[in-house]
Parts: sequence; C-alpha cells; structure tokens
Amino acid sequence: MFTSSRSMFRLGAIAFAAACALGSLSAQATDITGAGSSFVYPVISKWSAAYAEKTGNRVNYQSIGSGGGIAQIKAGTVDFGASDMPLDEATLGQFGLAQFPDVIGGIVPAFNVTGVAPGKLVLDGKTLAGIFLGTVAKWNDPAIAALNPGVKLPDAKITVVHRSDGSGTTFNFSDYLSKVDATWKAKVGEGTAVNWPTGIGGKGNEGVSAYIRQIPNSIGYVEYAYALKNNIGYAVMKNAAGKVVQPNTASFQAAAATADWASAKNFNLLMTNAPGAGAWPITATSWVIVYKQPKNAANGKVILDFFKWSYENGQDAARSLDYVPLPTNLVGQIENYWKTEIKQ
Amino acid sequence: MSSIPATDVDQRSRRDARHDAWFRTLLKCCALLVLATLLGAALSTLWGGREVLFKGGFHFLTSDTWNPVTDDYGALAPIYGTLVTSLIALVLAVPVSFGIALFLTEIAPNWLRGPVATAIELLASIPSIIYGMWGLFVFVPFMANIEPALSDTLGKLPLVGKLFQGPPLGLGLLTAGIVLAVMILPFICSVMREVFQTVPVRLKESSYALGSTTWEVVWDIVLPYTRSAVIGGIFLGLGRALGETMAVTFVLGNAYDLSGSLLMPGTSISSSIANEFNEAVGTHRSALVALGFLLFVVTFIVLLIARLMLRRLSRKEGN
Repeated sequence: MFTSSRSMFRLGAIAFAAACALGSLSAQATDITGAGSSFVYPVISKWSAAYAEKTGNRVNYQSIGSGGGIAQIKAGTVDFGASDMPLDEATLGQFGLAQFPDVIGGIVPAFNVTGVAPGKLVLDGKTLAGIFLGTVAKWNDPAIAALNPGVKLPDAKITVVHRSDGSGTTFNFSDYLSKVDATWKAKVGEGTAVNWPTGIGGKGNEGVSAYIRQIPNSIGYVEYAYALKNNIGYAVMKNAAGKVVQPNTASFQAAAATADWASAKNFNLLMTNAPGAGAWPITATSWVIVYKQPKNAANGKVILDFFKWSYENGQDAARSLDYVPLPTNLVGQIENYWKTEIKQ
Repeated sequence: MSSIPATDVDQRSRRDARHDAWFRTLLKCCALLVLATLLGAALSTLWGGREVLFKGGFHFLTSDTWNPVTDDYGALAPIYGTLVTSLIALVLAVPVSFGIALFLTEIAPNWLRGPVATAIELLASIPSIIYGMWGLFVFVPFMANIEPALSDTLGKLPLVGKLFQGPPLGLGLLTAGIVLAVMILPFICSVMREVFQTVPVRLKESSYALGSTTWEVVWDIVLPYTRSAVIGGIFLGLGRALGETMAVTFVLGNAYDLSGSLLMPGTSISSSIANEFNEAVGTHRSALVALGFLLFVVTFIVLLIARLMLRRLSRKEGN
C-alpha cells in the first residue's frame, strides 16, 4: 500500500514535469494583461476566451475601474488599460500613449411611474437636465407633458436616482446633460462623479435599478444592456436632430457613425448628442490605452491583433451581451491610426 | 543518591532567565506591532490626504459641498451621516441588548438560555453585505410603508417633529441607523451577557433576601458591579457602527446632504470611500484618503470620551 502510493506520487510527478515541459514548448502563446473599465469587462472576457481558443494567446483583463486602469498603464504594470473617459492630448504625449475605442454601449433613462408603460415616456435633453437639476420636480410638469401628449402623468414628486460610485456611465450621462443644457454645465458639469443637486445614489447599475424599482415615481439612468436584461422600463429620447429614437443597436451605431471621429485627434470624442437623425443621444464607448512603443514588442503586437480580431470576429459575442460593435468606417480609421501612431 | 550539582541548577536558572527575556521581547514586539500598524495607517492616511486636509485652513472640516468636478471637497456631510446613524444605532441597540442580556442571565429558564445565546452569536457572524441586501430588498420597502405614518405622528410633535418629516423613500439616516442597530446588537448583547454572569450569586441572593425585586437587583447590584465592562461593550458596538460600510451604503441613499430630517438620504465616511475610491484620481482620491483619516480621528475621539466617562464613574464610586 505504502509503496504503491509512493509510486503513484512518482508517476504524478513525472506527469507534472512532462506537462510543464509541454507547456513551455507551446509557450509561444503570449499572455497579455489589461486592466480598467468595468463597463467593457464582460465583452473583453468573452472575446479573450474565444481568442485564446483560436490563437493560444491569453488576454487577462481585470475590471478595476477606469481610474485604476489609467494609473496602471501609466505605471507600465499592464500591457493595456481601458477607460470610459478618453485621455487628453497632454497626458497621452507625456506618457507616450495611444488610445482607440473598442465597443459601444448605450445609456438609457430608466423610470418607474404608475400608469406610464415602459417605452411610452418621451424625454429630451433639456427636460432630462431639468429633472436631474430638480427644477422639473413633478411628473405632470408642463415640460414633460408637452413631450408626451396623451400620456396620463401623475401629479407626483419626481425622485431622482443616480450612481453613488464613480463611473463611466455617470461621466457620459453628465457630459450629455452638459452639452444640451447650459445651466447643467455651469452648475454641475461632467465627471465620473459629480455634485448632484438632488436625489439619492445607488451603487452600480444594480443599486440604481433596485432603487428605481422600489421607489414609486423615480427616474435614473442605467446601461442599456443592464436595463434590457433586468426588464427595467426605459424612456425614449428626442435626439439632437429633433427625432424621437428608441435605444437599440441601430441607434447606437448611428451615433457612432455620425459622430465626427475624423477631426477628433486620438479619438478624443464623446459620442453623446451625436448629430445623426437616427442617433441615440446618450451613446458611450470606452477606450483602450496602449504604449506607442510597447516595452515588450511581442505583447504589443498581440494586443493589436486581439482587438483587430475582436472588431472582425467578436461582433456576435458583443451583440449577445447587448453591446454594439463599432461601425466599419470607424474600424477603418482605427486601423489607420495603428499604422501611423503605434510602433509594430 | 546524587544531589543535583550546583552548576546544573545555575545553568538551568540561567537558561530560564534567557528564555524569559526572549519571551518578554517577543510579547513586546507583538504589542509594538499593533501600535506601529495603527500609527502607520494613521500617518499614511494623513500623508495621502494632505493635499485636501491642509488646503484653505479648515475648509475640509467646515464645508458641506462635495464636488469632484471642481475638486472642492468638504467632509461635513459624511461626518454628520456617520455620527447620526451610529447614534441612532446605539439608542436602539443598547436598551434591547440590555433587555436580552438580562433575560438570558436572570429570567430565562435554563433550557432557553443556550439556544437564544447561540442565535445572538450567529447574528454577529452574518457578513455585512447580507445585512445590506436584506436592508435594501426587505427593510427599505417596509420603511417606505411606515414612513408616512411616522411623518403624520412623530412629525407633528414640537421640537423633534422636524426629524421625522420628509418623502417616504424608505432610504435614509433612520433606516441606516436601524440596520446598524441590528448589526451591533449581538456584540453589545454578548458582552453584557458574559459580564452579567460574573456577578457573584451571593450578592444577588443577599439582595433578594432583603426583599428586592428583580429590577432592583439588576439596577442596584448587577449593573454597578459590571458597569465598566458594559460601557466597554457599548463602545465596541459603537466602533463597529462608525466604521460599517457595505450595509450602510445600500440603505443610506448616498447623497451629500446635510438635512435635519432622519428620513432624508445622507452619506457616511466609509460609504463615501467605498463608493468613489475605484474611479477617483488626483485630488478626489486625496479627499477620500483624508476622509479615512477623519474616521480615525472620530473613532479616537469617541474612545477618548468612553475612557473619560469610565474614569468619572469610578471616581464617583470612590475607587
């Protein structure tokens, strides 16, 4: 018994050593690491699983938040960072970084008003800003009523729900309100966390939607994918072109396609309030941040190959998670940008 | 027949002395480690928050704006929220814990003592995130239902009425305080139960023999005998309430408001940090670290008050 268990152990050790040797033989496979935005985490992990199956290269992505991602890529501890907020020219130049968008998502105003069916509430930017400023304080306010003829709005106080944690969702949402409303821009501004004039804060998309469900006559904002999966009623928006649009793949892509990327250096552009007739006004992306001259050239190559692969083959994976793939014209611009900006 | 040679004894006692010295040093190191950790944590939060703490004099301590966009930070709202929720928790938890502990040590039949005591200790081991979820999904809707009644009754009273007026959101300082009370209750209660058991039976029985009621025995014998330990237990609970993060974050509403009403949302030091730390950079991060330092200071002041109270009590008793 004793000897047999010992020989078993020996066998196991040999097998382990063989496995190690095999592993190191096929170690041409590269491991790259990335960190940052939690918004892109689900889709990047899905892509990386499929990509590893195909190429053997593994992409390890840690969802630590955009701020953390930026800090880590600046420190050079990861191969790429991902942020919901683009870096400005000065920062990119100072650290020798380049950035490009990876995938699109939408943000929707979610509400809970008795008697108003999901998708039946129409809002525009000014009114939304008024609600979040607290100046439009009741559901039957003339501003809301004018946009919703025929909808019976209650004479009830609006409870605003916002994110309590810093997030790219808040950044894009507040950026949109800043673009459409001068008072918002002057009083609140934009950022991953802002000084909310009114309302209560929920942690994460799940916190916000839990509050919206529980508190009658409330309104907040959540990621589209989240609202869809959890069946939360969302409002439709009147966009910059004055058209009422539904949040969906087509309207998010329209926003990405009509946003003026060509004149935005380093893709430093937020897609909110995009001009297209079919564009959803609160569309967001996140940026991949890499070194222009990667310390490890092989890893740098794999990163670009990974994202190239994801633009071409990752579209179904993105759609299945309710993200929206980048439109082809934007992908073309990104690949040109790689050629000119990043040493390969 | 061999007597122990004198040299052996000497050697042995020398060895013992050496071991004793080692042991003393080891213990000293353990104690110093705690002090060093505490000091290190306090100093590093002070250093990390220096950018905000020392900017513009006492601005950080006296301002109630919290604006990450313009990098203008004031800690008044989180400090207020932390103190108010902890105070509510204490006001609710102390009498109830006292009652439970008394019941278990003085009144309950023997077969009931074990199970109830175990149940209370189990309460203490529930992770705070579970309390948070329970608070959010079960307790908040319940509070939303009874808050209109609170506003109509307590809200009409003079002076304290203002505390109970507001929209029936279910979230807010009062809800957070009640959830905290449930969380700290087992801590306070177990300490009280343990120390009540240490009261010598002959003291109690003498008192009963003199014709005291149960209440008189408790108030005049048990409580004075265990006073300092009871206060220690209360402050243990208070310490936990001051630093509690997750459960509070779920039910407090996370709004940087200084409001006079307990039904309104607020924020606390630890929940602000937990909420915003992930995405905070630059001055914003410095402000959050500075908040962490303030939590140190607040806890320290609270413990100091506890010490002073204990000293005054023991002086009154003539010790």
